[in-house]
Amino acid sequence: MRPYLAVFEARTRMLLQYRAAALAGIATQIYWGVVLAAIFTAFFARSAAVQPMSLSQTITYIWLGQAMLALIPWNVESETRDVIRTGSVAYELLRPVDLYGLWYARVAAARFAPLVLRAVPLFPFALLFFGMAPPVSGASASAWLAATLGSLLLGCAITNLVHVSMLFTVDPNGVLRLTIPVVMIFSGSLIPLPLMPEWIQGLVAFLPFGGLIDSPFRLYMGHIPASDAWIVLLHQAVWTCVLVCIGRSALKRGVHTLVIHGG
Amino acid sequence: MSYSLHLYGRLILIALRSRMQYPASFVMQLAGTALLTGTEFVAVWALFARFGTLAGWRLEEVCLFYGMSNLGYALAECLGEGFDKFAQQVRKGDFDRLLLRPCSTSMQVAGSGMDPMRLGRLVQGGAVLAYAAVSLGGAWDWLEIGLIIGCILSGACVFVGLLVLQATLCFWTIESLEIANVLTHGGNEAAQFPFDIYGPGLRRFFTFVVPLACVNILPGAVLLERGPTLGIPAWASWGAPLMGPLFFLISLRVWEFGVRRYRSTGT
Amino acid sequence: MPQIVVENLCKSYRVAVRKPGMWGAIRGVASREHRVVQALDSVSFEIDEGELVGYIGPNGAGKSTTVKALAGILVPDSGTCIVRGRTPWRERRAHVAEIGVVFGQRTQLWWDLPVRESFELLGEMYRVPKDRLRRTLTELVDVLQIASVLDQPVRQLSLGQRMRCDLAASLLHTPPILFLDEPTIGLDAISKPAIREFVRRQNREEGVTVILTTHDLDDIESLCSRVMLIASGKMLSDGPVSALREAVGGERRLTLDLEDTHTEVTHAAARLVSRDGARVVLAFRPAEVSTAELIRSITDKHAIKDLTVEEAPIEEIVAGIYREIEGA
Repeated sequence: MRPYLAVFEARTRMLLQYRAAALAGIATQIYWGVVLAAIFTAFFARSAAVQPMSLSQTITYIWLGQAMLALIPWNVESETRDVIRTGSVAYELLRPVDLYGLWYARVAAARFAPLVLRAVPLFPFALLFFGMAPPVSGASASAWLAATLGSLLLGCAITNLVHVSMLFTVDPNGVLRLTIPVVMIFSGSLIPLPLMPEWIQGLVAFLPFGGLIDSPFRLYMGHIPASDAWIVLLHQAVWTCVLVCIGRSALKRGVHTLVIHGG
Repeated sequence: MSYSLHLYGRLILIALRSRMQYPASFVMQLAGTALLTGTEFVAVWALFARFGTLAGWRLEEVCLFYGMSNLGYALAECLGEGFDKFAQQVRKGDFDRLLLRPCSTSMQVAGSGMDPMRLGRLVQGGAVLAYAAVSLGGAWDWLEIGLIIGCILSGACVFVGLLVLQATLCFWTIESLEIANVLTHGGNEAAQFPFDIYGPGLRRFFTFVVPLACVNILPGAVLLERGPTLGIPAWASWGAPLMGPLFFLISLRVWEFGVRRYRSTGT
Repeated sequence: MPQIVVENLCKSYRVAVRKPGMWGAIRGVASREHRVVQALDSVSFEIDEGELVGYIGPNGAGKSTTVKALAGILVPDSGTCIVRGRTPWRERRAHVAEIGVVFGQRTQLWWDLPVRESFELLGEMYRVPKDRLRRTLTELVDVLQIASVLDQPVRQLSLGQRMRCDLAASLLHTPPILFLDEPTIGLDAISKPAIREFVRRQNREEGVTVILTTHDLDDIESLCSRVMLIASGKMLSDGPVSALREAVGGERRLTLDLEDTHTEVTHAAARLVSRDGARVVLAFRPAEVSTAELIRSITDKHAIKDLTVEEAPIEEIVAGIYREIEGA
């Protein structure tokens, strides 16, 4: 475990240096929160029908989405990307560590530092000025935190799949452009999942992406009762295991071709 | 001027050629862009399906704004790629190389990249605008169609101007480019919907500072015969698209200022 | 009338100071300290037309800052600099049309383009008339022997080939002044002399003024009549290569072959440089002890088979200077 923790710590420390990036990120998130809240308020304004989520819940959902944006696996980790692109992945094979674990630790750090840097300052803003509600109860709050950890692990497994695909395509942009729309739609970052059309709800509940932000957020606001938290966590855990297994076996094949081609 | 354009053309051809070197990835990216921008519209459609109206605006009306904004943005993303990727050039220290040549820096940066993949957005914007035109535009005359085309080109000017400003920011820091992304991508996101749904701060910002409303809802509301919008009289709304080229020229001046600053800090 | 006049050029940078450790990284998010680095501290020199000047100094001494200012891409804090009657950073475009620059670490060619197309494009950028470009290019291709690589993309070239192409690229517009920054870095033993020979010919036959920054002192010894040494932003010495030797007291080497491999050889005024079996190398300064006196006092005590006296190689002189600077 030690080498992975060391990679994690070193990367986190590096990312903390980028202060301006953090400030800019917060400003960015506030902007998007304000715009999205305005759009949804305008949609709710003339609608008489009862929706599966209230306007105030939707607004809380939007701000949570801004604060915890880093949970969404929409990019690759830059160091791993460069290692694969430049071909120095061969050197990483020489190290006495598990390649999948190494990449996983790196991407976990790349997600964790921005998550903390954004969420911590954005929460007070959103709570005080922009109409975000606090967690409905202590139980909901702890369920939400647990599900957030689950989301981090799940997201890193998804990103690692993209990393592994780079062994075959080299350039990650093609794969990313195909995965991003799927992740955006089915995670709830485009529209809160409960507001999606009824006929698609079954698929939405089955796919892994709801575990990234939608179910943690709904635990936070009590839209999913804290007593049902175990369902969310189990859903995340099963999908994480499945994706890690797929990633590992694909990595094994990728390394194999790499060796055959002589790096 | 014509010499600059000629050089720009040569540079763009080169950029395109090196872009096409990985065809498999290229096809995937083109499809991906169309898919990604398509999903953005699916979200709008899904919300209209659930709520019926956006504070009194109908889907086809919103489609007019959405289509105009996205077409302008698509053109800008395609042509402004060099500015968009400028941070990489600065990071690698390649900007010095541009300064060593007896040509304008903005022309060289503009010529350093063009991203045909961005045209995936053009498809989506065009389709949405076509839908709006079919359901609204039976009575549009040539003047009004000219106004729409003018709005799209002018919108492209605003977005390219924003990309120039984003690139200028690289002379101060290459860490915080997201903030500029707010204005480009975020500006497009905001301009897809009628600006009158936003608070007064955002409304004024996008009218008087980054004139996206001037190339979108103001002339758009004239076409939809909505009367004065955002407190601007209709006659002014006809001229509002001129703000686009003006914004672009101003952004080029700011760029020159940034280059001067780069050369005095050398970072 | 000198071609380049630099007077009291000063330039300082602000550098963020990073604190160590995890806690330092977190504190750095809130507040950050800055340190001012004086990259150029009142640097002055003049260069005449047709000179070939070496410019040396340890890393971070201010070499590239000077070159950037001379090339017009960096504006200094104070001081003047006139190159062919112009202040480079005030009239950048007119100025850069009259200079050629080669950065050894970085190419000015387009990575994905065949070399020939890069040349054509540069020709257009510098507005070189087509027939003149063709003539210049034919000459350069011939002298640099790059005809065989003209149709290859730059990324496929070896470092030596690329450097020769970069040299050609920097001379397409026949500039009267050429700046070379580490032109032989990383090159193989065959490419290095070829590049040097080319630079020498450009200087002698075409009258191009050359300013050469380098870490490779063979470049200096084989090319330059004059060498400028800069450290910590200050000009330490400026003159012929021999003057550089004198600047460190003209250290000499005494190499002794002893009869006996075990005895210690020492002298109060000499420093032991190396000892390999029966061979002993001592360094001394003639100002402190004359050569004759040193030899006499050693032959008095030891049996000597053979001895030679020579000037210290320039690498060691410069290394000595760098050590002194860093120690100070």
